[in-house]
Amino acid sequence: MSARILIIIALVGLMAGMAHAQGFAGLGRDASAFSQPMRGKEFDFPRDHGAHPDFQIEWWYLTANLTDAAGRDLGLQWTLFRSALAPEARVGWDSPQFWMGHAAVTTPDQHLVAERLARDGIGQAGVIADPFEAWIDDWQMVGDTFDSMQLRASGPQFSYDVTLEATGPLVFHGEAGYSQKSASGRASYYYSQPFFEVAGKLVLPEGEVEVTGTAWLDREWASQPLAATQVSWDWFSMVFDSGARMMGFTLHDSDGSDYTQATWIAPDGKTEAFPNGSLNATALEWSAVSGRDVPTKWRVQLLEKQVDVVVEAVNTQAWMTTSVQYWEGPVRIKGSHAGHGYLEMTGY
Amino acid sequence: MNGDVGRALWSHWRRNPWQLITLLAGIALSTALWSGVQAINAEARASYAFASDVLGAADVARVRKADGAVISVADYVALRRAGWPVSPVLEGKIDIDGQPFRIVGIDPLTFPTTLTGRSGEGPGFLGDDPLNAPIAIAHPDDLPELATLNIQLRADETRPRGSVLMDIAQADRLLGPRGRIERLLLRPQLPLGVAELPEKYQIAQTGVKTDVARLTQSFHLNLTAFGLLSFAVGIFIVYGAVGLAFEQRRGVFRTLRALGVPLRRLVILLVLELGIFAIVAGFAGVALGYVIAAALLPDVAATLRGLYGADVAGQLQLRATWWLSGLAMALAGTAIAAGAAFFKLLRMPMLSFNHPRAMSLGAQNAGKWLAFCAIVLFLAGVGVAVFGNGLVAGFALLACLLIGAAFSLPWILAQCLFLAERRARAPLAQWFWADTRQQLPGLSMALMALLLAMAANVGVSTMVSSFRLTFVDYLDQRLVSDLYVNAKDIEQAEELMRFLDGRFDAVLPIVSVEARIGGLPAEIYGVSDHPIYRENWPVLAAIPEVWDELVAGKGVLASEQLARREGWSIGSTLPTGDRLIGTYSDYGNASGQMILGIALFRERYPEVPELRFGLVTETPAALEEQLRAEFNLDEEALINQRELKEFSIRIFERTFSVTAALNILTLSVAGLAILISLLTLATMRLPQLAPIWALGMTRVQLSRLEVLRALCLASLTSVFALPVGLALAWVLLAVVNVEAFGWRLPMYIFPVDYLKLGLLTLCAAFLAALWPAIKLARTEPQSLLKVFSNER
Repeated sequence: MSARILIIIALVGLMAGMAHAQGFAGLGRDASAFSQPMRGKEFDFPRDHGAHPDFQIEWWYLTANLTDAAGRDLGLQWTLFRSALAPEARVGWDSPQFWMGHAAVTTPDQHLVAERLARDGIGQAGVIADPFEAWIDDWQMVGDTFDSMQLRASGPQFSYDVTLEATGPLVFHGEAGYSQKSASGRASYYYSQPFFEVAGKLVLPEGEVEVTGTAWLDREWASQPLAATQVSWDWFSMVFDSGARMMGFTLHDSDGSDYTQATWIAPDGKTEAFPNGSLNATALEWSAVSGRDVPTKWRVQLLEKQVDVVVEAVNTQAWMTTSVQYWEGPVRIKGSHAGHGYLEMTGY
Repeated sequence: MNGDVGRALWSHWRRNPWQLITLLAGIALSTALWSGVQAINAEARASYAFASDVLGAADVARVRKADGAVISVADYVALRRAGWPVSPVLEGKIDIDGQPFRIVGIDPLTFPTTLTGRSGEGPGFLGDDPLNAPIAIAHPDDLPELATLNIQLRADETRPRGSVLMDIAQADRLLGPRGRIERLLLRPQLPLGVAELPEKYQIAQTGVKTDVARLTQSFHLNLTAFGLLSFAVGIFIVYGAVGLAFEQRRGVFRTLRALGVPLRRLVILLVLELGIFAIVAGFAGVALGYVIAAALLPDVAATLRGLYGADVAGQLQLRATWWLSGLAMALAGTAIAAGAAFFKLLRMPMLSFNHPRAMSLGAQNAGKWLAFCAIVLFLAGVGVAVFGNGLVAGFALLACLLIGAAFSLPWILAQCLFLAERRARAPLAQWFWADTRQQLPGLSMALMALLLAMAANVGVSTMVSSFRLTFVDYLDQRLVSDLYVNAKDIEQAEELMRFLDGRFDAVLPIVSVEARIGGLPAEIYGVSDHPIYRENWPVLAAIPEVWDELVAGKGVLASEQLARREGWSIGSTLPTGDRLIGTYSDYGNASGQMILGIALFRERYPEVPELRFGLVTETPAALEEQLRAEFNLDEEALINQRELKEFSIRIFERTFSVTAALNILTLSVAGLAILISLLTLATMRLPQLAPIWALGMTRVQLSRLEVLRALCLASLTSVFALPVGLALAWVLLAVVNVEAFGWRLPMYIFPVDYLKLGLLTLCAAFLAALWPAIKLARTEPQSLLKVFSNER
């Protein structure tokens, strides 16, 4: 899910007072001082659920597809980004580590967004591996184990409080969690927990809603994972009615070329990774969102697994009006495989 | 035809360039004084509007500890983790190159976006890399001193002088790690369903700066009043110049009318002519005002900063509003000044004479008419004083008083001269008085301007001096103790008490709690029984045994503002159930204040910790040194009353320098008016002087008489200006201030200052008369002879 990389790079940009594209340039500065992902890493849990301050960027990224009693399709997002200016943790105001939280709730006709920023070193935000706790202000994802957690966030117009129970194992993308992002070899560590069951309540402007559904948590960390010319992406997470799952992304290069990756996840958690070129995503319909046109209906193909589906946004207006802006929202899936999932798009 | 009429009208100005200069100078100077004062006001207001925006004092609420204790980083994090969107501000003073600077550290990540939105920048405005390449934002004039900071500096003219804005981590580094936070700003928009604020915290809706704003308004109001007065001085000059020009152009008007120019066209052309003059002179005036403001602003900034703690950027920015308001004032002022002249022109018979004596007779009538207007204005003033209330009524009263006084001046002077003429026995003296009276109409407008200038100066100096005396007295009374100590917490307070045991003469706990009285914020204080209060407290009105009753808990004291606001009088039963037994002055405090005996206070508010103390000691400096050494107390924690007072007085000296500069400016304007009037009259006066010369007076004697005449008129005007100025001061202190701020300043009289002002006025008149007199002394005898040969 390299897609999120640009967001975190932009967080550095934000700290740099340049919350927009030009801010990405500053990232290469001290990347050499940071650790780099290596092939063949042995993951060590629960320690690796925690923060890795020696890497430049990292995130805990959860999206959930929900339904309420009336059968409405809803979605929620809870994200904590970490960004480092130096590969060290320090206590006090001058810590070089920064945190950014994004939370959203999407209904067929509303998309509510909130954002939190904090610096490390004083306890306002952070991630502890065991017992697991990820937090920024009052937002938190917390549990005795990574498999059973409580998730909370609030914004001016919404709040939610749900439980997450894992029904399957962690899955590792790319080469056992070493996920390559470009032909030139840039990469990140990337694993997911796509088997969460969710239950709890959302508070929306019109009142409380009891919801149930599935959630997908992505964990990724890296230092300078994207080539400078990789400017935008489309990322899909899909939960099929069969119990199988699929992750796929397309990274767009400014020279017009694309780089794709995909992971097929069997209902028992067994994975199959597909190299550049296997995934094919084509925009079918565009919607006007926040003053720009964004594709909100897609045809996604992974022919090796006979996947040929149409992915359509539950709410086309799921624009994240955060300091770094992007589209992130729940989708419905039809075609060779039916189901639901999340779509993320940047660079539009 | 317009061209021809225009040329005919213009020919007058070509032949009388002095009159044109008077007119233009009058408009320009009045506009300059007005817009200069306005510029200072606007700049100061804009500056601290920005400052309070950035620091979130005005509209952004704060969170603080209910017990007043220091806010720690742990408190901040606890509040954030409870969902409360607070943002930390570190603040402290450091010395850089011997200069004290206020370091303000904010956290751009949590800073209320509405505030940064105002300054048009995002949360990253503190630099590319706040850790490795930090940026500090400061006023351009401060940058040289800050160069030693080892921080990249960015100049921002809207920053107040002496204050440096930077990232919280940098501020923490500079101030030394202290683990404390000076302020927690609260973002107005709370998250949905946020938990209750824990009990040990409170939301403070109004910041301290709000009080500052009210206080600074008082200063601005006074400056505005001064600006208006200065404008009036200038407008009288314009009035005089326009009136004289119209009078002298009667012949031209008559001829033009006789040649068939319609009255309408004539009026339109004259309006056009004056309009162009007003715009040209208005522009010059605004530019001049800018110069005045630029010269005075640093002093005003220093005054406001020191007096009220409000920071004002020391540099002037051109603002469209005061360009426009300056031009509008120039046009409006000219219109008012020319109104009477146009009225006369419209009623002017086709065939009227143009002769000095006729003019004088006409002017005497005009003098009577003005005196009548003055009476109407005075009556209106009395009416306003009796029936009106509010700030507008206060200013209306001011206007009635001043314009009325100015209008009555010609009549009063004429009466004085008439009396003098009757008492004079020697022929020369008789001629002198009669001739002075004959000249009066030509000089009366300049003299009115002089009257207003001097009255304004007397009024404003009285006000400022009274303000100073009262404030110094007040500081003496309110800061009864020699040293003030603020303990961080109860433990430190107890330690302090142990340490102080035996080292002081008295220790007076100062306890207070915030409350709402009558729906508005107020402070309730508890005071202990000590002779120092009985002797010093600035009680305004009270029952006889007020302190005994207070100590016994049988009554309470209220500040003047609170009592006025709520309409309480001595003996009233208050909403709290207490009896009001006295009121005291509490200048400049916007919140109401109430005082209970310490026993009653402790009984009512047992939870309020006693952290502040006043210490009475014979040796404050030594004790201060000991305390600072022993407890590492910073500036805020230990205040030496004597230093505070000296500082306040220094600040008032600054205020005086501003007032004195404006005084001299207005007097110079009035002096210029006299000079120009005399120069204008000089050419017309030869026919009157020639016979005296022919009778044997030398030219030098004559010119001495001319100077004497100017001094006589100026002295008479000064004598009359004194009561007018005192009345003006009284209205400002006792009416306008009460209406605007709820407190009244006692008025003090400063005879020596007035004497100095009177001498200054005479100096102005003397200097103004000098040149025309020298010119007269050097007049060629043949010019005087020609008067006879030309006589028909």
